[in-house]
Amino acid sequence: MDLDPILLSRIQFAFTISFHIIFPALTIGLSSWLAVVEGLWLITGHAVYQEIYKLWVKIFAVTFAMGVVSGVVMSYQLGTNWSGFSDSIGSVLGPLFAFEVLTAFFLEASFLGIMLFGWDKVTRGMHFASTVIVALGTLTSAFWILAANSWMHTPAGYEISDTLLFQPTNWMEIIFNPSFPYRLLHMVIAAYLTTAFFVGGIGSWYLLKKRHLPHARIMVGMAMLMAIFVTPLQVLIGDLHGVNTFAHQPAKVAAIEGLWETTKGAPAILLGWPEKAEEKTHSLLEIPHLASLLLTHDPYGEVKGLKEWPPEDRPPVAIVFWSFRVMVGIGLLMLTTGFIAIYLYFRHQLFDKKWFQRLCLVMTPSGFIAVLAGWFVTEVGRQPYIVYGLMRTTQAVSPVMGQHVLLSLLAFVAVYTFIFGAGIYYILTLIKKGPQPFLKQDEIYGSHGLNPPTLGYSNA
Amino acid sequence: MLDFSPLLNLPLIAGGVIAAAIFLYVLLDGFDLGVGLLFPFAPSEECRNKMMNSIAPFWDGNETWLVLGGGGLFATFPLAYAILLPAFYIPIILMLLGLIFRGVAFEFRFKSKGKMHTLWDYSFHFGSLTATFFQGVLLGAFVVGVSVKGRTFGGGPFDWLTAFSLMTGAALTFGYALLGATWTILKTNGKTQEWARKAALYSLLYVALFMGLVSLWVPFLNDRIFIRWFTFPNLAYLSPIPLLTAITFISLYHSLLKKQELKPFILAILLFTLGYLGLMVSLWPWIVPYEISLWQAAANPKSLSLILLGVFFLLPVTLGYTVYSYYVFRGKSSHHYE
Repeated sequence: MDLDPILLSRIQFAFTISFHIIFPALTIGLSSWLAVVEGLWLITGHAVYQEIYKLWVKIFAVTFAMGVVSGVVMSYQLGTNWSGFSDSIGSVLGPLFAFEVLTAFFLEASFLGIMLFGWDKVTRGMHFASTVIVALGTLTSAFWILAANSWMHTPAGYEISDTLLFQPTNWMEIIFNPSFPYRLLHMVIAAYLTTAFFVGGIGSWYLLKKRHLPHARIMVGMAMLMAIFVTPLQVLIGDLHGVNTFAHQPAKVAAIEGLWETTKGAPAILLGWPEKAEEKTHSLLEIPHLASLLLTHDPYGEVKGLKEWPPEDRPPVAIVFWSFRVMVGIGLLMLTTGFIAIYLYFRHQLFDKKWFQRLCLVMTPSGFIAVLAGWFVTEVGRQPYIVYGLMRTTQAVSPVMGQHVLLSLLAFVAVYTFIFGAGIYYILTLIKKGPQPFLKQDEIYGSHGLNPPTLGYSNA
Repeated sequence: MLDFSPLLNLPLIAGGVIAAAIFLYVLLDGFDLGVGLLFPFAPSEECRNKMMNSIAPFWDGNETWLVLGGGGLFATFPLAYAILLPAFYIPIILMLLGLIFRGVAFEFRFKSKGKMHTLWDYSFHFGSLTATFFQGVLLGAFVVGVSVKGRTFGGGPFDWLTAFSLMTGAALTFGYALLGATWTILKTNGKTQEWARKAALYSLLYVALFMGLVSLWVPFLNDRIFIRWFTFPNLAYLSPIPLLTAITFISLYHSLLKKQELKPFILAILLFTLGYLGLMVSLWPWIVPYEISLWQAAANPKSLSLILLGVFFLLPVTLGYTVYSYYVFRGKSSHHYE
């Protein structure tokens, strides 16, 4: 049997990175939120904040552990499966990865230990500082990895040497490449919203069950603040990101819109079915001129269709088209949830309506789905290139055999399914148990580590 | 743009940084992987809890050195990264899968009871064993050498599988067990400590055996290595390495018998340092052994300049708070957990 190592490596990379991104999406948001909650506890002294912190820091720990182990895989897969890419772009993107490890990973890992096990080892202030440092670490990590990713979409600050390797010419241009600011903001806010809806959903479940009501109100209340104020911001940034993509990667936008012919005054297809073979999209529901209006800010502006590019230079249309609609659809649902929350808040019913609690419960995983869908849009939309317009994905693959990639892929699927299942099970167990009243010092999670310090080591 | 290449030998310094990162990884994750290796042999559940607690705050930071080793190699010697990783595809994937099973066990074990608890105990042990063994295999395969065609790996998918690499896999397993046992001596007391001392003695015996075997085998793998060690004046300059190694073995043995707590761990680290030095002497100046040197594989001097500038300022800070975190969790480990 002839197995294609390129296709299999792509599937493996898509699978492992999709699995991985779920965890950072939650840890970026949770760590910032935990810092706020711990800050509120220090300021107000209300035990309820501490109890919320202690529940969620455990969920954070499980999430973080799964993020770490799946992240280590990513740092090696670049070489095991994409050695052509590593060799070509090492001098340009390598330093960004190195800085991610040096400025973020070590910081997160070391202070996470204190955050989880240092509760009675360090002062309250130092513990709070550790939480803040972990939160900053996750954001720094996002900064570097999104700079590197954005460079693959909108390469800048490089030259190509005689040996056909990418060489750096300007670091500021490499890091702050044209799509980076939009992608960074879009992803960080996505992580915050993912967390908000996750926390809000769990809070709503407690409200429905009439358990842990003081904790649940804080969780739901804070989540709805995010839904109300941050979701509109995300819609705005998403729009700006789209305009930026339109300027730099018009083929991706054509796939997003399901637009085959170059059109002046292109409609936005809300529902439809792109047919690759017929080179057309069967549109069921569309708003005239909307795509042109959003992308060019002119209802009669020109939007390039997929037929501008030869078939071998077009991204796969259906995945990009559908993923985009899933992402935007969830965004609109989040926006609606926020509006309902405002309405209920002014009627003093935010914590009382069962139907709203059920809606929030349904929305619990919405952020994760939107994040995955968004990444599918941008990464599949970059195809057939690994570095947009410059290096094809087919040129990037390692000299490994298809059979071995298939085996490793199957192993990753099996192991990740098992680990993920267990992780979800433990997170659900923690949620079911809920926030626990504050116990005496040596019974809290923090003491999970070691006995009180002794002075030096004896040779007894 | 920033470029120190007229002033400094950048590939040499970068090579030193990568070698140091990998060495720190070996020591730090070495002791916590070692704890995983010894885990099921501990005399009681209480001992196992103590052992697990003694490394729970650190394992994540320790493993980050592996990411620095991999990410750093990619950043500083992209050509070597692009050749070595496909060459070692299978052992690397197996090592990563092992690390997954042991990494999640830290969180899951403390949260489960009964059969599930036992399951994560085994996940921790066999994950550690798989990761350790294949790290040893990788080391062996690296020493044996890699075939290169142009700028890519030119060999077969099982080139890494040799008698030598299997032997180094076993050797590293006992090496990490020794680090883990001496760490456990340091961080526990009573029954656990007594048991760890015995485990350290057994491991030490095997480490001595394997270190001898490696020292005898390596010079015959490659003429260049033979010439490096066994010609004058090198023989005279390099003789302190094996001599110091022998002295360290004896001191470690005595410190275990004298029931010292800190010294065995320090001596085990010294033993690893000497072994690592010996390997560096043998492999110098190759980054893809016997094919590509540090200078041939180095990234653009501007990239190396930026990275080394970052390393110069950030690595001391990193080491600083790593030491702080070990200081916070000093003292003996307890068996309690929620």
